[in-house]
Amino acid sequence: MVKVLLWGTLRSAADGQAEVEVEARTFKELLDELAARYPGLEPQIKRGVSLALDGKIYREAWFTRIEPDSEVVLMPYMTGG
Amino acid sequence: MALDAYQKREFKQVGTRPNRPDGVDKVTGRAMYGADVTAPGMLHAKVLRSPHAHARIRSIDTSAAEALPGVKAVVTSADFGVPEDAFLLDVQDHCMAREKALYDGHAVAAVAATSIAAAKAALKLIKVDYEVLPHVTDLDEAMKPGAPVVQAGRAFENVPAGMSENVTHHCEFGHGDLEAGFAKADHVIERSFKTAATHQGYIEPNACLASVTADGKADLWVCTQGQFFYRTLCSAILGMEASQLRVTASEIGGGFGGKTMVYMEPVALALSRKAGRPVKLVLTRDEVFRATGPTVSSSMDIKIGMTKDGRITAAQARLRYSGGAFHCGTVDFGAQAAFAAYDLDAVRSLGWNVMTNRPKESAYRAPGAPLSIYAVESVVDELCQHFGLDPLEVRLKNAADKGTKSSYGPTFDQIGLKATLEAAKAHPHYAAPLGPNQGRGLSCGFWFNFGGNTCVSLSVNTDGTVGVTEGNPDIGGSRASISLMAAEELGIPYDKIRTIVADTSSLGYNDVTDGSRVTFAVGLATIKAARDAIKKMCSRAAKIWGIDEDAVEWVDGAAVPAGPNAGKFPPMTLAEIAAVSAETGGPICGHHEVNADGAGVSFGVHLCDIEVDPETGATKVLRYTVFQDAGKAVHPSYVEGQMQGGAVQGIGWALNEEYIYGADGKLQNPGFLDYRIPVASDLPMIDTVILEIPNPGHPYGVRGVGETGIVPPLAAIANAVSRAVGVRMTELPMSPPKLQKALAEKG
Amino acid sequence: MKTIQVSTTINGDPVEFICTPDETLLDVLRNRLSLTGAKEGCGTGDCGACSVTVNGRLVCSCLVLGAEAQDAEISTIEGMADGDTLHPLQRAFIEHAALQCGICTPGILVAAKALLEKNPDPTEEELRYWLAGNLCRCTGYDKIIRAVQVAAAEMRGA
Repeated sequence: MVKVLLWGTLRSAADGQAEVEVEARTFKELLDELAARYPGLEPQIKRGVSLALDGKIYREAWFTRIEPDSEVVLMPYMTGG
Repeated sequence: MALDAYQKREFKQVGTRPNRPDGVDKVTGRAMYGADVTAPGMLHAKVLRSPHAHARIRSIDTSAAEALPGVKAVVTSADFGVPEDAFLLDVQDHCMAREKALYDGHAVAAVAATSIAAAKAALKLIKVDYEVLPHVTDLDEAMKPGAPVVQAGRAFENVPAGMSENVTHHCEFGHGDLEAGFAKADHVIERSFKTAATHQGYIEPNACLASVTADGKADLWVCTQGQFFYRTLCSAILGMEASQLRVTASEIGGGFGGKTMVYMEPVALALSRKAGRPVKLVLTRDEVFRATGPTVSSSMDIKIGMTKDGRITAAQARLRYSGGAFHCGTVDFGAQAAFAAYDLDAVRSLGWNVMTNRPKESAYRAPGAPLSIYAVESVVDELCQHFGLDPLEVRLKNAADKGTKSSYGPTFDQIGLKATLEAAKAHPHYAAPLGPNQGRGLSCGFWFNFGGNTCVSLSVNTDGTVGVTEGNPDIGGSRASISLMAAEELGIPYDKIRTIVADTSSLGYNDVTDGSRVTFAVGLATIKAARDAIKKMCSRAAKIWGIDEDAVEWVDGAAVPAGPNAGKFPPMTLAEIAAVSAETGGPICGHHEVNADGAGVSFGVHLCDIEVDPETGATKVLRYTVFQDAGKAVHPSYVEGQMQGGAVQGIGWALNEEYIYGADGKLQNPGFLDYRIPVASDLPMIDTVILEIPNPGHPYGVRGVGETGIVPPLAAIANAVSRAVGVRMTELPMSPPKLQKALAEKG
Repeated sequence: MKTIQVSTTINGDPVEFICTPDETLLDVLRNRLSLTGAKEGCGTGDCGACSVTVNGRLVCSCLVLGAEAQDAEISTIEGMADGDTLHPLQRAFIEHAALQCGICTPGILVAAKALLEKNPDPTEEELRYWLAGNLCRCTGYDKIIRAVQVAAAEMRGA
């Protein structure tokens, strides 16, 4: 199981939890699992999210490996100027 | 170790300051920018814009315009479809109003004619029947119940019930127990701030030349930060296949985020398709201000608690941003960045996006971050004043570091904030004496940076030179830094390499030049493309020598046998291998395609001294020093240039630049005379201190440097001004009338 | 619209063109004579990107009518280098990284050259005020000022 930290706005879609646990070995599995378990998260996942894995921010990268003790943080999709 | 990970090395060329490859073209007037290109049979286009801030378009009669001699095409929203995708529909609606004109200057029709004069005359013949609607341009007003609704039904599911329909988006970040944190504080300051919308202010107005032929093939020549993204948007809006639209990026006369979005390019294509001739569309400065850019405007409440020895115990930000008449997610970045420089146990940032009757926001260098950080750094400074503490010591005491749980969630890896603060503390600027009416301010700044989709193709020419083909418009000298990295990796001189920016048909997809990504991501792809070519060159040398290719390595620009067992052969240089490439297997090219991650966040600290004239309220910047972590400065002159340019844009934001709307909802200052960007006589030299704390995610340790520099100036200047006048300034810009008022109220 | 025939000298060469009475010198240079080195940043004389000299005087060519070029001596960025030998200002701008996007560069070079012809040894303040009519959004002006100082010193033989 991987612990995923949600940002504040998403918590209401995940029964108020700041952190949820999902079975996932990659980002793709993690996003699919989150959307399936918490349908309220789906609109945001569709709009786009970034994922921080042990402090490093990824914008896409479905197949990035996640270890059970990895720190995973969901973030809004990043853009810049 | 992964190939893209940082490896310590002695650089031979990276870190030097060679002449840029586009220099001679640019100093002789030969460089071709967006408006400098023409095509046979070309028509000229002009856009009709709404004089109203908010109006329903009942009907548009273009018949008289179409009948005018020389007019070849007129388009309105009726010439476009209605995309299903909400983002794309917003982009299209921004280019051409559909049911309502949503802001002063919103395009409602466009004409292509044989001369500019004919196109202008035709605009006057277009009859638009408007039903003028109540408007709202102030974001706090737009949030109130009963405010005019800019667009109905646009709120995301995350907006709490009961808010104005103009609120489209809500976000919240942070961790810890705020109440307990504030209870531990010896003093809590809560203040509200406002900042005006500003424009990127690029000197080159948006310009393009579109050519659509009868068989559906199209070319677009345009000044853009991202030819591939423009292709995506234009082909989707026009209903074309991407392969049939080739977009070529001209030289670009500044962008700063503002040329990451289409404004009139789909319109030029639609006109060309309708007229069957090439169409050139160049915006005037007035149009640039009214209908491109700008940044968000903001209204913010910050609450921070501190102990008397300078430890922050809790911090909260409530941020309201308006990205104009459309949905805008920039407040997400403001909320995430607000407290990034601090190691906090209890922190919360809340954000709301509010629609107003203003043009659609476009990115501007570190979008969203300068505002929230301005407000936070102002309150931190005021707390330092309250306790009589040194503002640099307080920042060092609370600074985020490796292992800090950041205010937006992830735990930081190696970051350069403390080193940057220490560099500022040790700099003579910090100890220099100040005179009367003078103040010193400082601020931390932060930006995420990112990598993104990148392709690089590197060809080894038979004469021993190398061509690098990349897909990101060069907005600040990136061709020089990319050539330097290729030269470093290949071991050949910089001047043997020429880097060019390819059109969309010549290379795979590249993300926009934004997010401070080019030197990082294109550099990374260039290094890997060079390694790919090196591998092929080693293989050719192995064949020539008749040894195993694993027994060959690349040293100083030549293949050499790896170790004594590989055999005794003299080094074979790149030029020697290239000269016989036809005989040894054909052309030698290296490639790399990646969606790069690991850009690494960036921190900076700015120090400034200012003097305020107590009579006029005019502010003079006396001294300014920028400290920033570049990871590795590939071409230090252009790194300094980014730091200096970012600082000065921030100085403009702090002191003078603002979108001023009248009660009629019209923009009052759409020109450089009244929208005042900094000029040479406003400024001192901008000193720079580059720190190099390697980014673990790049082979040379490079971090993006383009955006962070605009983040600290707003607060650095505000803190200096507030200390100079003895009043805490809470609104940007701090133009002379505002300072006069503050001084008068102080008495 | 009626057109006007104009005889003038541009960068030392005799030039004839026709233009309409309302056409600016900038439009003539760019659209009729293919001299696109002068840029239109604003069209209202606020940004200096279209700077040229007319009879030695620095002007915004967007504020001068094409018809006013009759019998005048006009210098533009295209005439600054001597063949393939760059002017010291042009060289200094490249060597000292005084340009980023480069859109303001032609105007700033023309303006700086006009200053150094009047005042070969300007102070930093004189330089900053002279160039205050030439907007640059990329550089923060630091490297521009330094490059002009370097070129001025070289031109003085200092």
